[in-house]
Amino acid sequence: MIDARMRPALAAKVRLKKDARSGRYLLLYPERGMELNPTGVEIVRLCDGQATVGEIVAALVRRYASTPPEKVESEVLSFLGALEERALLERGAAAPGGVARDGQP
Amino acid sequence: MASPSPSASPPGSPSAEELRPYTLVAELTYRCPLACVYCSNPSDFDRHRPELGTGEWIDVFTSAEALGVVQLNLSGGEPLLRKDLEQLVACANRLQLYTNLITSGLPLVRSRLGDLRDAGLTNVQLSIQDATKEGSERISGKVSFEHKLEVARWVKELRLPLTLNFVLHRENLGRVGEMIALAESFEADRLELANTQYLGWALHNRAALLPTAEQLKVARELAAAARRRLKGKMEVLFVTPDYYAELPRPCMDGWGRRFLLVSPTGLVLPCHLAHTLPGLEWWSVKDAPLAEIWQHSPGLTAFRGEAWMSEPCRSCERRAVDFGGCRCQAYHLTGNAANTDPACALSPHHDAIVLARRSSESQALVPLRYRRKESEPKT
Repeated sequence: MIDARMRPALAAKVRLKKDARSGRYLLLYPERGMELNPTGVEIVRLCDGQATVGEIVAALVRRYASTPPEKVESEVLSFLGALEERALLERGAAAPGGVARDGQP
Repeated sequence: MASPSPSASPPGSPSAEELRPYTLVAELTYRCPLACVYCSNPSDFDRHRPELGTGEWIDVFTSAEALGVVQLNLSGGEPLLRKDLEQLVACANRLQLYTNLITSGLPLVRSRLGDLRDAGLTNVQLSIQDATKEGSERISGKVSFEHKLEVARWVKELRLPLTLNFVLHRENLGRVGEMIALAESFEADRLELANTQYLGWALHNRAALLPTAEQLKVARELAAAARRRLKGKMEVLFVTPDYYAELPRPCMDGWGRRFLLVSPTGLVLPCHLAHTLPGLEWWSVKDAPLAEIWQHSPGLTAFRGEAWMSEPCRSCERRAVDFGGCRCQAYHLTGNAANTDPACALSPHHDAIVLARRSSESQALVPLRYRRKESEPKT
């Protein structure tokens, strides 16, 4: 379940690649890939482990001002939910605070 | 105006079917320290020489990327036996390929894994043959279990994504729960519980390996429960053996359609075993540009599309879903690679599957036949 306070980041196994042939962006992970539309790419780029889901929604609401905010929100949440279901998101901490700083390998 | 609705869909899905490979399976070598009884290499693996050199593989990767490939599976045999693996990974990284090392974990030291990571390796897929040392080494024929566990730990310590792959069969299906627990203890990112398909060495060992319907049912339920429980954390994949599927598997997503496989000597193939089918002509990367081979190789065009199909495939609604199943299975069980895969309940040869299943229910002990060179003495 996507929580508005979550700070999503792409999982380590995921790569975003611009497809040289189609010009579209592909989200690649083991044995699979998905093609993103431009809005999907915008959202994925905002998943940097810093921005909260709430902030990502707000950014998209500003960007698509002519679309009702509830509609933008529900679509962003369902898109993130679909990524999470496929284990493509790091389960970013729902609590405040950013990335751990002592995380040396 | 851009659409406010984000979407993610399988690449290349809509309308016009572009002839484009997405995945290159690079079988860097058929050499392997293990002797697994279901190895996917051909029986005469030792005769496939000489292996392509570093420069030749780099050319293959480069041409494959230009053709549209985005995923690279470095496979074998055991790819770690190639001393130039770091160079090949670095090349793949420059080409921005998603590079998955498919390995037994032998022979490997931690520092080399670090070098591979630094060269740009994206994912490690480690095979373990069972959840116990005894079961695992009985299948691989070599002392290897503890080392594999060590490798799994290194992968996570080095912060590389880890896929654990267990090949399933009647001897280990009862331990799927323990395999899931093992994968969780390593915090694997993906767990593949893949029943062996009965081709190549596994077909030689079918009587010893084919599970019962009940074994499969129990294991599948355990996997499904784990998938629900671990959703968002660990991907859990369960692959049913064709022999129990009733509907054929879309083998390799269709012949010469999405997958491109290059054998250790440079043959361009649609799958691991296509070069063991009689009467097909295969071209090598040494003889022609990859783009030309992909388009025009007689072997690759033989079963591409639907023109080769006979009934019941020809008029079947599912022909664009399963592409008639597996050509190798059709050949080995019916004698004709152009027949419908007998795994399909509609195949007139489906009896071969039903009989094999039935014999799995009442089984005497059958000795295992380990992968070995034809010249090696039997032990």
